[in-house]
Amino acid sequence: MKSGHLLAVLLAAATIAFVLIGTVWPAPSAAAYAGAKSMMASSSTAEAAVGILGDEIRGQAWEKAYSSLANKAQFTEPEFVHDLTGYYPSLLTYSTLGSFEVRPLHASTNDADVQLTLHWATVVGSSSNTRNLHVIKNGDHWEVEWPIVKASTLAPQVIPVTYLRWDVVYRGPGDDWGAQDVEAPHVRIVDMHPVERADGVVILGELLNEDVVPAYVSVTATLLSKSQSPIATEGSFDRISHLLLPKQVTPFLIRFPNVALSDVGSIRMTPLSELIAASADPVIAIDNEQLHPAPGASLTGQLNNQGGQIVNVAHVLGTFYDKTGNVVWVADQYVNQALLPRTPIPFDIHIPEDLARSISSQRTVIATYSFEGSQ
Amino acid sequence: MRIRGLLLICVIAAAMIRPVLSQGTSMSLPTAVEAGKAFSIPLTGSGKATLYIIGLGQVLKQDVQLGQIKSFPAGSLYNAGRYLAVLAGDFSTQSGEFDILPVNRPADLSFSARPSRLPVGLHDGITGAVYVFDAYQNLITTPTHISFELSSPAGTTQKRTMESRDGSAWTSMDSTGQQGVDKFVARVGEISSNRIVRQVPGDPCGLKMIAHLSGQKLLLVTDPVLDCNGNAVSDGTIVSFTESFAGGQSTVDVPLKHGVAEVELANHNGATISVASGIVLGNQIHWKN
Repeated sequence: MKSGHLLAVLLAAATIAFVLIGTVWPAPSAAAYAGAKSMMASSSTAEAAVGILGDEIRGQAWEKAYSSLANKAQFTEPEFVHDLTGYYPSLLTYSTLGSFEVRPLHASTNDADVQLTLHWATVVGSSSNTRNLHVIKNGDHWEVEWPIVKASTLAPQVIPVTYLRWDVVYRGPGDDWGAQDVEAPHVRIVDMHPVERADGVVILGELLNEDVVPAYVSVTATLLSKSQSPIATEGSFDRISHLLLPKQVTPFLIRFPNVALSDVGSIRMTPLSELIAASADPVIAIDNEQLHPAPGASLTGQLNNQGGQIVNVAHVLGTFYDKTGNVVWVADQYVNQALLPRTPIPFDIHIPEDLARSISSQRTVIATYSFEGSQ
Repeated sequence: MRIRGLLLICVIAAAMIRPVLSQGTSMSLPTAVEAGKAFSIPLTGSGKATLYIIGLGQVLKQDVQLGQIKSFPAGSLYNAGRYLAVLAGDFSTQSGEFDILPVNRPADLSFSARPSRLPVGLHDGITGAVYVFDAYQNLITTPTHISFELSSPAGTTQKRTMESRDGSAWTSMDSTGQQGVDKFVARVGEISSNRIVRQVPGDPCGLKMIAHLSGQKLLLVTDPVLDCNGNAVSDGTIVSFTESFAGGQSTVDVPLKHGVAEVELANHNGATISVASGIVLGNQIHWKN
């Protein structure tokens, strides 16, 4: 009993001591997160100046970050903040900067070029963007010239849009059990095959809404062993466009980590479809799509919102085919800027290097979400 | 002593008489009664007893006088099924079973038609199932004459007649070649039940587009999109335009509006433009300025 009391007292004393040490002499990273000061001691080098700016952006110390810039006369503080977090509500509006990387590109006595990669923590995962910063020496310290990208201005206007909308009326509580309800949309898996990757099995495929009404869709797959016992069940989660208009096709990708394809005897696919109220607009055109070969294989292009409604979040899903038309990969990207009407926004989808050589064509679909109502 | 002796005699006599009474108690149950009809149960014996009638969803408890006929008014028992009757006296219990049968006169139909929406031109694509009930919602299990009729707005009618089996009957019908709202009716005597079946266009057939310049852009417009039966494909159906040019590609998924799909794409000399809807491919255009 005595030794137990002694241990408790020692633990309490050690905890209090560590709290005091942490408060009086905090770790630089903790202090930076708390907004006290940057991890970098001073802006005595170009990289340190960019690091300080990164810390201030992470701590949302907008005023400090803005006042440290060399070219702040060219724009206002709200413009600087909007340049980072978006002028219109978008993924970045509800995100925080998780981490950043500083990479020197070029340096001389009085100026330097430094690359700053910002990794934003968004509701759909990490989203990165890179800025190449010019840094100049001012006396004994360095200051960053922020490459402001001013918002594309949209002239106030009225854009008449005639669009279709589907609403659903389900059976009521007073209907007898034999009375018919509205039929769920008919969907069909038009392509599906498994692929073995380093981290497990991936199921790729395409789903078609063959009905005349919109459908909310998802796909679940169950891997069965050779003795037909279930190995695992997974869903497509967000690797699918959940809203399918009539005759629209979406790719899907389902991951089974730590499963070997040689253990799989068969696969049971379960597509789910439900009626959903939806509208047929906005139409998003995908312009200038280009497949870039390895190294750095990617699909790039521009999204062009042809409707009149601002799209706050756009999810780009690329389906990649080989020469015989088989799906070899499905990749996606959330665009972290809002899509304004008639304003092109670039996208860049990474393609695994080992698959890039076998890709000969692609098809891209866009799932869009507007804060006024999802699409 | 004399009083004690008299009491002892009385107790012995009562013990001897009671079995005699219980042996004379009985009830005559009917074999079957139509649901909702009045019925009676003659009771023999003397004295008082309690009659319990226990069935599916219904329990009756009545104090009865033995030696009389217990009458039950119309509507006392209406749920079809097997019932257990228990006559509980002071010293004995009698029990028996009897059936309540559905009224052999249909009063209601439960009609299930599937699907409520299907493409035109499907053989046996529509199914209808009927369950026949009496006024008390008992399933009528005796064979009943049932007719099904599917009529389209164009005037075509498909009819089927049959006898129900174990209270139900079902049929299948073809969807016609014309889109529209069909009326599906199931009928038993004067009782009928209606359902609506919507026949919708099938996949696009012979999808075709034309291209022409519209300012700096290329305007692509489809011909009115029809299915293989000549029905206009529903507005909102997605038509995909793909323009492939040197070093790139542009794609737009456009919903049909007023039967046609149109879109403006960048003008690339030498581009190949294709159109598709779902798994149906349309024509290709090799564009030259």
